[in-house]
Amino acid sequence: MVGGIQVTPQQTNQQMPQQATPDTAQDQARDVAQQPAGSQLLETGRRELLRTMILIRTFEEAILRDYHADKSPAFDIGAGLIPGEMHLSAGQEPVAAGVCAHLTSDDAVTATHRPHHLAIAHGMDLRRLAAEIFGRETGLGHGRGGHMHLFDPDTHFSCSGIIAEGYPPALGQAFAFRTRGSDAVAVAVTGEGAANQGGFHESLNLAALWHLPVVFVVEDNDWGISVPRSASTSVASNAARGAGYGIPAVRVEDNAVEDIHRAAGEAVARARAGGGPSLIEVHTLRLWGHFEGDAQAYRSDLEGVPGHDPIPTYESHLVDQGVLGESDLEVMHASAHERVEDAIGFARSSPTPDPADALKYVFSEGERR
Amino acid sequence: MTTASHETAQRTTEPTRAPLPVEPDPGTRRLSTAKAMVEAIAQQMRSNEEVFVLGEDVGAYGGIFSSTTGLLDEFGPDRVRDTPISETAFIGLATGAAVEGMRPIVELMFVDFFGVCMDQIYNHMAKIHFESGGNVTVPMVLTTATGGGYSDGAQHSQCLWGTFAHLPGMKVVVPATPYDAKGLMTAAVRCDDPVVYMFHKGVMGLPWMAKNPRSVGPVPEEEYEVPIGKAKVVREGTDLTIVTVSLSLHHSLDVAEKLAGEGIDAEVIDLRTIVPLDREAIAASVSKTKRLLVVDEDYQSFGLSGEVIASVVEREPTALTAVERVCTPDVPIPYAHDLEYAVLPTRDRIEAAVRRLAGAK
Repeated sequence: MVGGIQVTPQQTNQQMPQQATPDTAQDQARDVAQQPAGSQLLETGRRELLRTMILIRTFEEAILRDYHADKSPAFDIGAGLIPGEMHLSAGQEPVAAGVCAHLTSDDAVTATHRPHHLAIAHGMDLRRLAAEIFGRETGLGHGRGGHMHLFDPDTHFSCSGIIAEGYPPALGQAFAFRTRGSDAVAVAVTGEGAANQGGFHESLNLAALWHLPVVFVVEDNDWGISVPRSASTSVASNAARGAGYGIPAVRVEDNAVEDIHRAAGEAVARARAGGGPSLIEVHTLRLWGHFEGDAQAYRSDLEGVPGHDPIPTYESHLVDQGVLGESDLEVMHASAHERVEDAIGFARSSPTPDPADALKYVFSEGERR
Repeated sequence: MTTASHETAQRTTEPTRAPLPVEPDPGTRRLSTAKAMVEAIAQQMRSNEEVFVLGEDVGAYGGIFSSTTGLLDEFGPDRVRDTPISETAFIGLATGAAVEGMRPIVELMFVDFFGVCMDQIYNHMAKIHFESGGNVTVPMVLTTATGGGYSDGAQHSQCLWGTFAHLPGMKVVVPATPYDAKGLMTAAVRCDDPVVYMFHKGVMGLPWMAKNPRSVGPVPEEEYEVPIGKAKVVREGTDLTIVTVSLSLHHSLDVAEKLAGEGIDAEVIDLRTIVPLDREAIAASVSKTKRLLVVDEDYQSFGLSGEVIASVVEREPTALTAVERVCTPDVPIPYAHDLEYAVLPTRDRIEAAVRRLAGAK
């Protein structure tokens, strides 16, 4: 295989191989980079991909730190600075960076219960994102939504905690864009587990039928909580399912950010040009648990997972390629750290919502921001 | 992170916000409920190009229960869109379009079908405004046909408005008359919140289904609103209060008029809207009559009828001297005609309950 993109249908029904070794991933990314007609990524674009991934990871490491800061010794999921379920996206940053690089804030993104990487890559304000995760009045939803329910009209971003149900609203956003004569697109993201839900299949059909400017993205992180892909999905590649709806579809292997970027670029351009929807499945990596507190005893692949972390892999690759040096990396990390701690500080110092306002926002009268 | 540029999306129109007449004089022109409903949709589509219609068989067919008749001819297939039988996708599509500021009217052909798409309705359409802390509005209308009485069986005859009303974030309107059908549709389209517009097949005035004469009535030609959340005292009386909705209003009025000749003077309240419920109107009437009958074609338990009674008891704990319910008991709607009419809130059941209440001390 040259590069990481396999055109469907897959011929095998085996569980997809686990992440390639870093060397293999580098080799493949290098193959892509050396193809003139390949990713068409200039050095600045490659640095931006890395910068976005580092910003996401830095943000989530800070959330991880504060989430667990006051939940010990006995883990109480509802207690602490950040209460509730917490689904972090570490390992899946290449998907967000590679796809959202092609979008502007006029484009829509609908994400899942694991939304932070996409929210950040799509340009959501970090302060309001952090404040919502902390359940503060200054958050995107004034503390009504939480980390699975982020709605940002400024970037047309939304997410849903219900598997596959973020797909249908993306169709409507795409419909609105097209009706108004805009060339904006909607990107709908789910995990591989969602591709067995009705909402996924209904959305592919309707988007194809109405030729809507939608890019469907499936993040295959191998696991639906504890159920491996091999126990949930009848086909080796969900890209194979695109054919069932007449939708161009590709599967990107190895969590390779430049391959993702290239596939997404083609899909977004197709949608903008009136070419209708596309489907991209990315074989990505759930670096951490399904949610924080998940001991992952079910996970047979855990031992090798850290070695497949896409960020150090891509950092090494870009350094090897001469795209950036160690000092550039330090600057990127320092800059991300500064932005993230500013956002976390804003969240921590923001007021909590007034319990007297608990009934607000059910309906719209007089409640707009 | 911006490597592509494109034109900025622009709203083509702003929704019409100029106030409309509220409950004007009905005049003398008569329409069926279905035609009044369609007239409201057409007027809003003319005045606001963000309004569009989608659903199963809403185009050339004109809606299985005539809720969209003629719209395709006037507005064309881009604004009156037949969908696949794919409610999750197309109701979700409507929600996404509403999030972007369009004003979709999306039809769920029978309310009984909500099971295949309820997630889009109650977890998305109804919750996005709240979860966004008021920063995202979802101005859409979900229309759906309700009710039985024509042997369509357990999966095509339910009312279920109590189910929707139970879940926060949706306004729920249940018009019974042509006048209210038009005014509530107009108000629903212009509302910034999601509105579930539930029309009983028996009030539509369809030529192919037994109908009450009240399903044809006076309707102004002009645009007007019936306010969402406001009940109406349809018949004033002193002996008892009948609180009801939809087709049961027709039956209740028939009974009230019949028994008036025997000296039983019933006040009849049409709730018209279930969410938000006009609890004050109910309590005010019962504080006068002291006796309450709730007539509701929805299932009896855990629903509207109990909520109406609770509203009275909470406000006027000592006002009630007698109370009854005539509802569909907690059984799936039977197919055979005589069985179905044994469970529906028929005139006979209503009349018997009114007589008991009127005789109660």
